[in-house]
Amino acid sequence: MADKNEILAGLAEIVEEETGLETDEVQLDKSFTEDLDIDSISMMTIVVNAEEKFDVKIPDEEVKNLTTVGDAVDYIANAQG
Amino acid sequence: MSRRLVITGLGATTPIGGDVPTTWENALTGTSGAKTLEYDWVQEYQLPVTFAAEVAAEPAEVLSRPEIKRMDRSTQFGVVAAREAWADAGLDGADLDGERVGVSFATGIGGVWTLLDSWDTLRNKGPRRVLPMTVPMLMPNGAAGAISLDIGARAGARTAVSACASGVEALIMALDLLHNGDADVVLAGGTEAAIHPLPLAAFANMQALSRRNDDPAAASRPYDVDRDGFVMGEGAGALVIETEEHAAARGATVYAELAGGGVTSDAHHITAPDPEGLGATRALRKALASASAAVEDVTHVNAHATSTPVGDIPEYTAMKAAFGDHLENICVSATKSQTGHLLGAAGAVEAVLTVKTLADRKAPVTINLETQDPEIPLDVVTGAPRELGSQDQVGICSSFGFGGHNAVVAFRTV
Repeated sequence: MADKNEILAGLAEIVEEETGLETDEVQLDKSFTEDLDIDSISMMTIVVNAEEKFDVKIPDEEVKNLTTVGDAVDYIANAQG
Repeated sequence: MSRRLVITGLGATTPIGGDVPTTWENALTGTSGAKTLEYDWVQEYQLPVTFAAEVAAEPAEVLSRPEIKRMDRSTQFGVVAAREAWADAGLDGADLDGERVGVSFATGIGGVWTLLDSWDTLRNKGPRRVLPMTVPMLMPNGAAGAISLDIGARAGARTAVSACASGVEALIMALDLLHNGDADVVLAGGTEAAIHPLPLAAFANMQALSRRNDDPAAASRPYDVDRDGFVMGEGAGALVIETEEHAAARGATVYAELAGGGVTSDAHHITAPDPEGLGATRALRKALASASAAVEDVTHVNAHATSTPVGDIPEYTAMKAAFGDHLENICVSATKSQTGHLLGAAGAVEAVLTVKTLADRKAPVTINLETQDPEIPLDVVTGAPRELGSQDQVGICSSFGFGGHNAVVAFRTV
């Protein structure tokens, strides 16, 4: 079980790996599409990698609700719970 | 519409160099790119062939990590070579009308690493783990698409797929785009990244690969009596082709003219070349005719010459038929002796070398030719590069592929 800070750090590593963005650019209030310029294919890659890293399931229909990095961190934290 | 076409940029990543200057320097002195493969899978699968000619410079040295992750290895090579060619032409960041810029980038096999890695992922980890980028990474037009994005080419991005003839066929498709008036500039070439256990096992079982496991550097030996198959290579070659008017208007440096090309098909056998080389002969003649070149204009051929026992002879037969007695005045370079066989990239890399040959008036060497096959009495360049003289002349680059594909291009000095 990871706390929210650990989830954010892990997610930032996944985003860096996929997009080349620095990990400190991946902050809770950043929008994946508007701020981080992540397209739908990259988003799905990030989701699949996050599922593996945090041992959770993020259904495809939930992914569109994950607007910001914070949304994703919350979803993963709840899914772990 | 027939417009004079010129080569203004060259790029390559090959087993003998990570760029054109290094590849060319090594091609002139004679360097083997073949080495023993140091991967666990060679032993794990007990491959009958344990060596190949891998690229001299890994694409990760020049591409960013996200680029590496989103591109199959074959697309990575293509992008590396294409960027070098584009920059070499002075077009990096140039203000071009994208609707007049095309791409013609070939491959023989496409994203075979991605396809088979994804299949392993599906079987071992389930469908959810299959990456969303899998399809654009494995598709054979992946490199053409990525390169068109890179340079903003909107006049069409084509992909020739004709096995080992693909690289040259891509140049002929580029020539068509330009002659049709659909583009003023085309970035053309070919790429391949198939040094994977599956193609190695399959080509080995066809008896197509050299088994000289104890001496990889001596394994690719076109025209030698002891040749026993080709050596699998990987990499990419790229050429910027543009209309003479377009090149002149921007003051571009011109290496050579792309004078013409010819494509034919054998309809003889799915893999074996026509023993009389009839299809290859027709392709050579078509290339000369479309270049408005006489047989006597030709001074140099960069031959397909893969080093297989059965392949090298019909190519000679075809050259003899097409060039007649003038063949004795033509010097031949078999650069696969150095690079190995880059399959769908072979023709593109060899076209780059042919253009450099004409621009520098210097033909690269063929290595490993110790005892020339008496059935192939060609004037092969060995030992030292051949000086070509200062006259106007035509150089030929020919490629032939499984499926009975024959593709030949003719370049002229400028």
